[in-house]
Amino acid sequence: MATVDVVRSGSAGHTETDNYLTHSKGLLSWLLTLDHKRIGVMYLIATSAAFLLGGFFALMVRTELWTTGRTIMNHDTYNQMFTLHGAVMVFLFIIPGIPAALGNFILPIMLGAKDVAFPRLNLASFYLWMMGATFFLAALSFTGLDTGWTFYTPYSTTDFGTGKDNAIISAVMGVFILGFSSIFTGLNFLVTIHTMRPPGMTWFRMPLFLWAIYSTAIIQVLATPVLAITLLLLLVEKTLGFGIFDPQLGGDPVLFQHFFWFYSHPAVYIMILPAMGVISELIGVNCRRHIFGYRFIAYSSVAIALLGFLVWGHHMFTSGQSKLASVVFSAITFSVAIPSAIKIFNWLSTMYKGSITFNAPFLYALSFMFLFTIGGLTGLFLATLSVDVHLHDTYFVVAHFHYVMVGGALTSFLGGLFHWWPKISGKMYSETPARISALLVFLGFNLTFLPQFVMGTRGMPRRYYNYLPEFEPFHQWSTIGAYVLGAGALLAFATVIHSIFRGKPAPMNPWGGASLEWTCSSPPPHNNFDKAPSVEDCYDYDKLVWDEKTGGYLMRK
Amino acid sequence: MSEHAVADPHTGHDGHQGHNPFHAHHFDTPKQQFDAGKFGMWLFLVQEVLFFSGLFVFYAIVRVNHPEIFRWGHQALDPFYGFVNTIVLIFSSLTMAWAVRCAQKGQRTGLIVNLVITLVCAGVFLCVKYVEYSAKFEHGFLWAGRFNPHTEDHAGDHSATEGTTSHDSGHADASHAASAEGHGGHAHGPVGPPPKNAGVFFSIYFGMTGLHAIHVIAGIAAITWILVRSVRGDFGPDYFGPVDYVGLYWHLVDLVWIYLFPMLYLIE
Repeated sequence: MATVDVVRSGSAGHTETDNYLTHSKGLLSWLLTLDHKRIGVMYLIATSAAFLLGGFFALMVRTELWTTGRTIMNHDTYNQMFTLHGAVMVFLFIIPGIPAALGNFILPIMLGAKDVAFPRLNLASFYLWMMGATFFLAALSFTGLDTGWTFYTPYSTTDFGTGKDNAIISAVMGVFILGFSSIFTGLNFLVTIHTMRPPGMTWFRMPLFLWAIYSTAIIQVLATPVLAITLLLLLVEKTLGFGIFDPQLGGDPVLFQHFFWFYSHPAVYIMILPAMGVISELIGVNCRRHIFGYRFIAYSSVAIALLGFLVWGHHMFTSGQSKLASVVFSAITFSVAIPSAIKIFNWLSTMYKGSITFNAPFLYALSFMFLFTIGGLTGLFLATLSVDVHLHDTYFVVAHFHYVMVGGALTSFLGGLFHWWPKISGKMYSETPARISALLVFLGFNLTFLPQFVMGTRGMPRRYYNYLPEFEPFHQWSTIGAYVLGAGALLAFATVIHSIFRGKPAPMNPWGGASLEWTCSSPPPHNNFDKAPSVEDCYDYDKLVWDEKTGGYLMRK
Repeated sequence: MSEHAVADPHTGHDGHQGHNPFHAHHFDTPKQQFDAGKFGMWLFLVQEVLFFSGLFVFYAIVRVNHPEIFRWGHQALDPFYGFVNTIVLIFSSLTMAWAVRCAQKGQRTGLIVNLVITLVCAGVFLCVKYVEYSAKFEHGFLWAGRFNPHTEDHAGDHSATEGTTSHDSGHADASHAASAEGHGGHAHGPVGPPPKNAGVFFSIYFGMTGLHAIHVIAGIAAITWILVRSVRGDFGPDYFGPVDYVGLYWHLVDLVWIYLFPMLYLIE
């Protein structure tokens, strides 16, 4: 927080005193703030820290896999590393990353509102996140959490009589609490979008980012409680012996998988839908062309959210579920490809004959389209029953979901961060290192995960500590890629932090965006808008004209 | 709906802060604030339904696959207690709804009285639940991991158990055979040896009623908060949202119990 407090100067044409960063001073004015912008910034710092932590675990995993056998750690430590990598990345970074950090900051401003509907609940969500994260750190200190991020029974419910029990209980508590943080954020956004749109902003005049956040929020509110009850049952199972997931007591361990994936598959769309929303904004602005197929992109977000509830069984093709169920889940899974493809093709069509600016946000958006397409198409391999039996639990699966989670969610998080950074901080970041970071992330990512597709098809199982010598070159390419990816991500964060101290003051509208957040100053004043702004087409870029004096875009007279 | 008529005077302009001290600055009108709160509460209730859903699904799976567990286990539950609690909760829903109406009409005394009655009902519900739970603990009718029943061995066990479980010793001498009928709500415990995994019934029983009881306790906290604000005189025709929202929550708690009662107590 201290670093952000340093930011002083306002944007061109605005005095220093009237923005949200200078509105009030002191640590408590941040910790107890009800301002969605400050809460968003706190989320941004917290989730970025979680990303770095999860990234550290990832590099530990990759380093260990440099050679067969032991490289730097024993197998127990390795098991804990991949568990913590998955759990921290999923629950602490990707799920809250875009909605809670960027969404919190941008959503009310895009709506022309002064704040979200329930500011106190918003702050409570943040502190729930902090509490959940604390439980995670406690699990770290107990050592021994090696269940994988999925906490599958019976492994997670077995009584080990060691510190591992405490670690599992602590981590499960942490996820339970993080779940409620996520539910309340989603609830807040749904209510805000429903009741606080300004006059004139009909549903189909909303920026697509809001459609994406809206669809995400539906999933957060409807799916997360199922995870909550599942984890609660896991806790009473482990501590009291409820027997719900224990076959010895008459329970069913596969039921846990059903419950878990009933949340966790929709949760995949909690991760990717906001990313798609970010991309819709980045593509439109940087192609200076009205977004193509607005309604289709909007509806496809909702379609993905709803279809996402009906496909959880594709994680369980080999769990012994009925063949009929597998066939149905497989068919519905294929159908998810349709709304996903609709988005990709509409973005491509937007680029066609556009006047494209290859700035860092756009490079990240391009990466997204490339990587997400690969991630999505390899998903079809896994949705195919006969193929999945062979690829199940191999590196092919690992590569597939990293192409979606990292190639999708992370690139758009960074792209969105650069895109809205002038608005958040009031500073322009340095374009060259930002572009280099996009390049490094793209190259490093592909170097990490393309070899894993090959390994997976050749039978390398996921999560293994040891492997056959023939896989060693692939693992080494992958490890090198992971370090390049890590360097890219670090460079991106360094660029952003550097701009706080050295960046030029940002104009109101540096990219020529036409949605409402670009009509208030950078950084925005405490109340966002003194009076409700007038709502026009948020993808009509012709009404804006470059102004050399302020270094940004202005409304055409 | 009455709230529209009530909110109308405020749709004119901003600057009503002095008139309605609870109008948050980021809402344009009190009506917008009310609608947001109400929609938020409905979403929260949807979330609650899904929160309970895991246990309902588990119930359905076990019930279909192993009906004998339920046929045996439900006899340990006394429908009389369940019935009393059902009546108590339905009555408390009535007083809660009445409290909302009193708040809308600005009847402070009626609001306070109704909230107090609702709280008393919630307390009665928990007391009855306590009596039921302690009987289960005494007989070893616990969840699967601790399931250790010890009742129907000797007639002599009766006198030891009746003290806590039965409120009416006149029926205490009813024979074992009659007890299975549950006539008058006095089951003395299941008849016959427990089927395999019989403890799962009590996992479900404690899981569902326990989670529900936690929600009752949360409801008591929420209603107490509303009561304090009512005594302070916060609510009136211009501002009654929180009473309304807590009322909705309380009705859901009631509704869950209305499902739990037949599903657990009234089997066969």
